[in-house]
Amino acid sequence: MIVRVERLTHRYGERIALAEVSFSVGQGEIFGLLGPNGGGKSTLFRILSTLQAPNEGTATVAGFDVRQQPDEVRRRIGVVFQSQSLDKKLTVDENLVAQGHMYGLSGARLRERIALVAERLGLGQRRADIVETLSGGLRRRAEIAKGLLHEPQVLLMDEASTGLDPRARRELWEYVNELRTRDGLTVVLTSHILDEADRCDRLLLLHEGRVVGEGSPGELKARIGGDVVVLEAADTDSFATRIAQRFPVQPKTVDGEVRIEVPAGHRFISELFEAFPGEIQAISLHKPTLEDVFVRETGAPLC
Amino acid sequence: MIFWLAAMTLCRRELVRFWRQKSRLLGVVASPFLFWLILSFGAGGEAPRFFFPGTLVLTVMFSAIFSTISIIEDRREGFLLSMLVSPAPRLSMVIGKILGSAVLAALQGIVLLVFAPLAGIVLTASIVAQAALVLFFVSFALSGLGFFIAWKFDSSQGYHAVMNLVLLPMWFVSGSIFAMESAHGVMRAVMTANPLTYANSALRRLLTPEAAAGEPELLLAIGVTAAFGAAMAVAAAWQARHDNARSFA
Repeated sequence: MIVRVERLTHRYGERIALAEVSFSVGQGEIFGLLGPNGGGKSTLFRILSTLQAPNEGTATVAGFDVRQQPDEVRRRIGVVFQSQSLDKKLTVDENLVAQGHMYGLSGARLRERIALVAERLGLGQRRADIVETLSGGLRRRAEIAKGLLHEPQVLLMDEASTGLDPRARRELWEYVNELRTRDGLTVVLTSHILDEADRCDRLLLLHEGRVVGEGSPGELKARIGGDVVVLEAADTDSFATRIAQRFPVQPKTVDGEVRIEVPAGHRFISELFEAFPGEIQAISLHKPTLEDVFVRETGAPLC
Repeated sequence: MIFWLAAMTLCRRELVRFWRQKSRLLGVVASPFLFWLILSFGAGGEAPRFFFPGTLVLTVMFSAIFSTISIIEDRREGFLLSMLVSPAPRLSMVIGKILGSAVLAALQGIVLLVFAPLAGIVLTASIVAQAALVLFFVSFALSGLGFFIAWKFDSSQGYHAVMNLVLLPMWFVSGSIFAMESAHGVMRAVMTANPLTYANSALRRLLTPEAAAGEPELLLAIGVTAAFGAAMAVAAAWQARHDNARSFA
């Protein structure tokens, strides 16, 4: 296990940001921290990236403790921040040279590494460009190139695809997958985007600082047997109660909608229409998503 | 090795950034220059000569403020943030940033120094060299002070308050706009305690020696200015280290 987190607890004053969070990540895994803003994933990211020491519990990266041996951890992690950490007045190359120097890389070795990561991330032609002239997608790639320059064992990415259009996001994921397959890179990322979470090998669902689920996207979704039916009606709360009285299901009201997990949704829908003629304003049926899992575990929507 | 690599790369970054935003030169040099013009023409007589050393110090101070105020944003979200998660020592960051800021401030002071003949000051190579050295020392000191202040604040508003309450008053009582000799006893004590007075005095001894009566001698003035720089570098380093200890308590 390359990342190991045990009973991590962190408070900001009175507010609990993390409560006894434990998990571990194996080498070569793409591991996602999923949860709404304020769920604790940013605090976890700050702790793993050595920016913040935890109040209680331990976190280790490649066997080194983030609190006791931050420099050893720093050498082994690449960090991609949500905000831009490139100097926008410098060129891509100048940024990468500066980054290399912070890790003790210089000379021919540094030039080799820069050429390699720039090539891998498709920045080969843009190395001499000043960062502020690059598109958002290219800047993100340059950020990742920065994070990978010193050959870290673990890449930490905080909401890495924020502000990217779907195409740039897809490309980003292609690069991440390639790095994992080719170099055995471990990736730990935070996200609140479902599509992104679905691409992870394993996920940790965080809500109000607590772990509310852990497993592969498939395992998590399998917690919900069958289908999810979502419907709108005039008075959702009382309607949900009446559905529960009539059928052996447990409807939940979330965001003014009634959500019901049922084994065979299509049959259930027609039964609903017969039971409550004219009361349903809108209805839909879908296979379980991670959002459904999140709602099931917390009663709250993901974003 | 990683120490100097990191420090030098940060220093070079300051210079390259400045080179690509040349309009900053105008902002830093033009406003003290304008200030000098107003005082000179307003007061007349010996005023152009008298106010010139102080104008140099003010230019350097503005430059140091501009360079260090960016630390506030930069370490929360930006370039310095990636340095904070790297194995480069904090001290290399402090030295690199202060050195870069100091070189820039001194260069801008030197740019203004070229205009000294406009004030009727005669420049020789030796005077320019000595004045440049003093400008570098005071630039280093003010950059260190700026770093020390910037590291304390989460937003630039706090920095502005300190600038108005500490930095500018420090300049006012450095002998830049009134002579130490004519100052009231209490004020004279304040001026003697103000490290910036020595930078001003050193420049005055070099450029307008006739107006330096009662001020510290040149060597003492240069020595105190250099010591001021060293002290501020230590303070800034301590501040950055202290901050680190706090977040890793």
